[in-house]
Amino acid sequence: MTTFQQPQATESHNTDVALSLQNVTISYGNFEAVKNVYCEIPRGKVTAFIGPSGCGKSTVLRSLNRMNDLIEGCSLKGSILFGGVDLYGPKIDPVEVRRRIGMVFQQPNPFPKSIYENIAFGARINGYTGDMDELVERSLRKAAVWDECKDKLNESGYSLSGGQQQRLCIARTIAIQPEVILMDEPCSALDPISTLKIEETMHELKKSFTIVIVTHNMQQAVRVSDMTAFYNAEAVEGGTGKVGYLVEFNDTDKIFNAPQQQATQDYVSGRFG
Amino acid sequence: MSDPDSRYLLRSRPPAEKLVDISFKNLSIAMASVVAIVLFSILIVVFQASLESMARYGWQFLVTSDWNPVDDQYGAGAAIYGTLITSLLALLIAVPLGVGSAIFITENIIPKRIRDVIGLMVELLAAIPSVVLGLWAIFVMEPFIRPGLELLYQLFNWFPLFSTPPMGPGTIPAVLILVVMILPIITAISRDCLNQVPQKLRQAAYGVGTTRWGAIINVILPAAISGIIGGVMLALGRAMGETMAVTMIIGNSNNFSVSLLAPGNTIAAMLANQFGEADGSQVSSLMYAAFVLIVLTLCVNIFAQWIVKRLSLKY
Amino acid sequence: MTQTLTHNQAESAPDLSYKPFQRRNISSGALSFLAALFAVIAVLPLILVLGYVLVQGGSKISLALLTQLPPPPGLEEGGIANAIVGTLVVTAVAGLIAVPVGVGGGVFLAEYSRSGWFAQFIRFGTNVLAGVPSIIAGVFIYGTIVTSRILFGNAYSAVAGGMALAVLMLPTVIKTTDEGLKLVPDDLRRAALGVGASRFVTIIRITLPAAFTPIATGVVLAVARAAGETAPLIFTALFSPFWSDLLTPEGIFSPIATLSVMIYNFAIEPYEFHNELAWAASFVLVVMILALNLFSRWLARFAAK
Repeated sequence: MTTFQQPQATESHNTDVALSLQNVTISYGNFEAVKNVYCEIPRGKVTAFIGPSGCGKSTVLRSLNRMNDLIEGCSLKGSILFGGVDLYGPKIDPVEVRRRIGMVFQQPNPFPKSIYENIAFGARINGYTGDMDELVERSLRKAAVWDECKDKLNESGYSLSGGQQQRLCIARTIAIQPEVILMDEPCSALDPISTLKIEETMHELKKSFTIVIVTHNMQQAVRVSDMTAFYNAEAVEGGTGKVGYLVEFNDTDKIFNAPQQQATQDYVSGRFG
Repeated sequence: MSDPDSRYLLRSRPPAEKLVDISFKNLSIAMASVVAIVLFSILIVVFQASLESMARYGWQFLVTSDWNPVDDQYGAGAAIYGTLITSLLALLIAVPLGVGSAIFITENIIPKRIRDVIGLMVELLAAIPSVVLGLWAIFVMEPFIRPGLELLYQLFNWFPLFSTPPMGPGTIPAVLILVVMILPIITAISRDCLNQVPQKLRQAAYGVGTTRWGAIINVILPAAISGIIGGVMLALGRAMGETMAVTMIIGNSNNFSVSLLAPGNTIAAMLANQFGEADGSQVSSLMYAAFVLIVLTLCVNIFAQWIVKRLSLKY
Repeated sequence: MTQTLTHNQAESAPDLSYKPFQRRNISSGALSFLAALFAVIAVLPLILVLGYVLVQGGSKISLALLTQLPPPPGLEEGGIANAIVGTLVVTAVAGLIAVPVGVGGGVFLAEYSRSGWFAQFIRFGTNVLAGVPSIIAGVFIYGTIVTSRILFGNAYSAVAGGMALAVLMLPTVIKTTDEGLKLVPDDLRRAALGVGASRFVTIIRITLPAAFTPIATGVVLAVARAAGETAPLIFTALFSPFWSDLLTPEGIFSPIATLSVMIYNFAIEPYEFHNELAWAASFVLVVMILALNLFSRWLARFAAK
C-alpha cells in the first residue's frame, strides 16, 4: 500500500459527484464545437454520452482529462471540477490530471512494447513500488484478458487480436489506478463478441471506478450505463457549421423510456442520427 | 452513307505503331540499365586500375601509413584512419544535435510558425555547396576556433589526442565542417520519422500520465528509431565520401598523427589533392585507396537499408 | 509520486497543481531547453555561412566582375565571367544526359515493371549509386573518357565534366520520376487504355504530363546540386582562365572554367585578389542555387492550384 499527501479541501462539495462540468464551451480556434454544458457525473456509476456525429461528445470526453491539450488551437471556457479543483485552473499540471482520470481510445493503441511492459510502463511512471508481476496479472484479470496473455507476456502487444488489444489497453488504464476511466467509443472498431466481453468487464469495473463512455450504439448505452447524457448539434446562428450542446441528462431508463425533450425522443426512437 | 468505321483510320493498329510501342519499352529498359552499367563500370574501372598496387602491397596497404611519392612507397593507413575518425567524430556530434533539433521541430514547445522556419533553415543548409563551406572554413571558422584549439594544446598537450600545436588546417576543423554538412540529413530524416509516428501512440502515452519527455523517450523515439538509424547511416556514408570541404581544411598531410590538432587526411581528400598530378604507380595506389573508399561507403549504405528493415517496429 | 489505492479523496481536494521542482518536471524542462539549444546551434552555421558569403562576396559584385576574365596571380583586376558561363554549360550538358536517361529509367520502374526482379535490382542499384562519393564519379569518368580520349581525341573537356555530373544526378532523377509517376492514380491509366491508347501513348500523353510537377521539381533540385559540385570536375573539365569558344566544337571539348572549381583553386592560393574572387564566385553560385531551390518550391505550389 502506498500513501499520498493531500491538502485539506478548501470547499465542501458533493462527494457523490466525480466530475462537475460548469458552463463548459470548447472551441477549435474560432470555431465553437460544443457550448454551455452543465453536467454532474456521479461517482461509481457508468455515464454514457450519446448523440449524432459532430455534436461534440468526444470533444467533451477528451476535455475531462485534458487530452484536448494535444490538439493545437483547442480552448475551453468554463470549468470542470474534480474533487472541488478546477481542472483548467492556471496552475494545474495536466500530467497529474491524467494520472487520476484515465482513458481508453477508439482504436486500440498498445505501446510498441511487450504485453508485460505495456502495463508496467504506466504503473512505473506513476510511482508504483509494489510487486509488478502481481499488478500486471491483476490488471489483466480485471480486463478479462489474462488467459489469452499469460503465456505470452513477453511478446509484443501487437501479437494480440483487435479485441484483445483493446482489453490490454483497458488493463493498462486500470493498472495506474485512476479514479475515473473515460472510454471513447471503445468497441466501435471491434467485433460483437469482443464488444460483449468488454461490456461485461465494464460491469465489474464499475465497482472500483467511475466510468464515462461515449457510444454511438444506443443498445450499448442501455446495456451498460446508469446515467445517460444526450448531446445534439444545431446550426450556428448567423454562421456556417454546427455547434453541439447538451440536451438532456438523466437516469438511463428515463432517457430512453420517458425523455423530457422532443429531440431526445426523436433520437432514441431512431428518427435521426 | 460511308462505313462509319472507315473514319477511324487507326482502328486496327498499323505495324509502325506497334513498333513504336515496343521500341519505347525497350528504350526505357535500356535507360534503366544505365544505372547498373555505370555502377558496375565504376567498380571494374577502379578495381582494374588498382590491381598493380594491390599486387604490390596486398593488405599491408591498409595499415601502413607511409605515403611517399618521392620514394614510390605507398600505404593508405593514415588516410583510411582519417576517413574513419573524422566521420565517426562528426557523427558523434551531429547525431545528438540533429535528433535533438528534429525533436524540437516536431514537438509543440514553441509556435508552429517558428518551428517551420527553423526546419526550412536547416534544409537550406543542405543546399550550400561543399566548396563554399570549405572556403568559409578556411577564412572564417578555422581562425575563429584557433584560440580555443591553442588553449586545448596548452592545457592538454600531455594527452595524445592534443599533443601537437594547432597550425591552421587540421583534423578538428575538418570534423566540424563535416558536422555542418551532415546535420541537415540527420535532422530532415529524423524529423520525417518522428512525424510519421501515429498520433494514437502519442495519445496512449499521454493517457497514462507521462510528461512530454517521458512520452518522447519511452514511446515516440523507440517507434521512430529504425528510420532515424537509417538516416544516421546515410549521413555516415556521406561523411566518409565528402571531399571538397574536407580537403580544403584538413591539411592533407601524408604523415600519420594521433593528435586531433594535427593536419590529417582522408581518402577522398587525398584523391582530390593528388590525382591531378599523379602518374605511374601513384595512380594505381590512389585507385586502390579509391576502391577501399567505394567498398566502405557501399557497406555502410547496404547496412543502412538492411537495418531500417530489421528494426522497423510494426504498429 | 505515489498515490493511495483507496478512494478517500472525497474528503479533501486533490493536489493537481504543477510542481516545477518535482524531479520529472525538472528533467522534462531541462531536456526541452537542451533541444531548443541544439536547434539554435543547428541553424547557426546557415546564418553564419550565408552571412559571410552575402557580405564578403556580395560587396565585390560589380559589372566588371561579371564580365571579365580572372587575372593571373598577382594582378588585381578581373572577374569571374567565364566561370559563370562554364557552370551553365557544364550543368546543361549534365542535364541533357541525366534527364532523358533518368526519366526513361523511372518510366520503366513505374510503368512497365513495378516489382519484377530486374526492377528491384535497378532500384537497389540506384540507391547504391546515390551513395557513391562525388570524387569517385570524377575518377571514373577520368579513367574511361579522359584517358582514352574517346571524345573525338579530346582529353579534359566540358562534356566529360558534364558526364561526371550526370552520374551524380542520375539516381535523383530516376527516383523522382519513379515516385512522381507512382502518384498518378491508376484510374487515369485505365481510362487511357480503355479508349484503345497504347502504352507508349498513355505514358507520353497522359501519365508523364500528370506527373510533370514532381518530376520537374526533382530535376530542378538535382540541377541545383550538380551546379555546386566540384570534385567530379577537377579531373574532367579541369579549369581554364580563358573564355571557351562555345561557338566552335572545340569549345565544349576543351577544359572549361566553372564557378565551383574556381572557388576551390582560388581559395587555396595565397593571392588576396584571388581569394576575393573566390568569395564573389561563392556569392554568385549560392544565389544561383537558392534561386533554383525557390523556383522548385514555386513550381510545386503553382501546380497544386
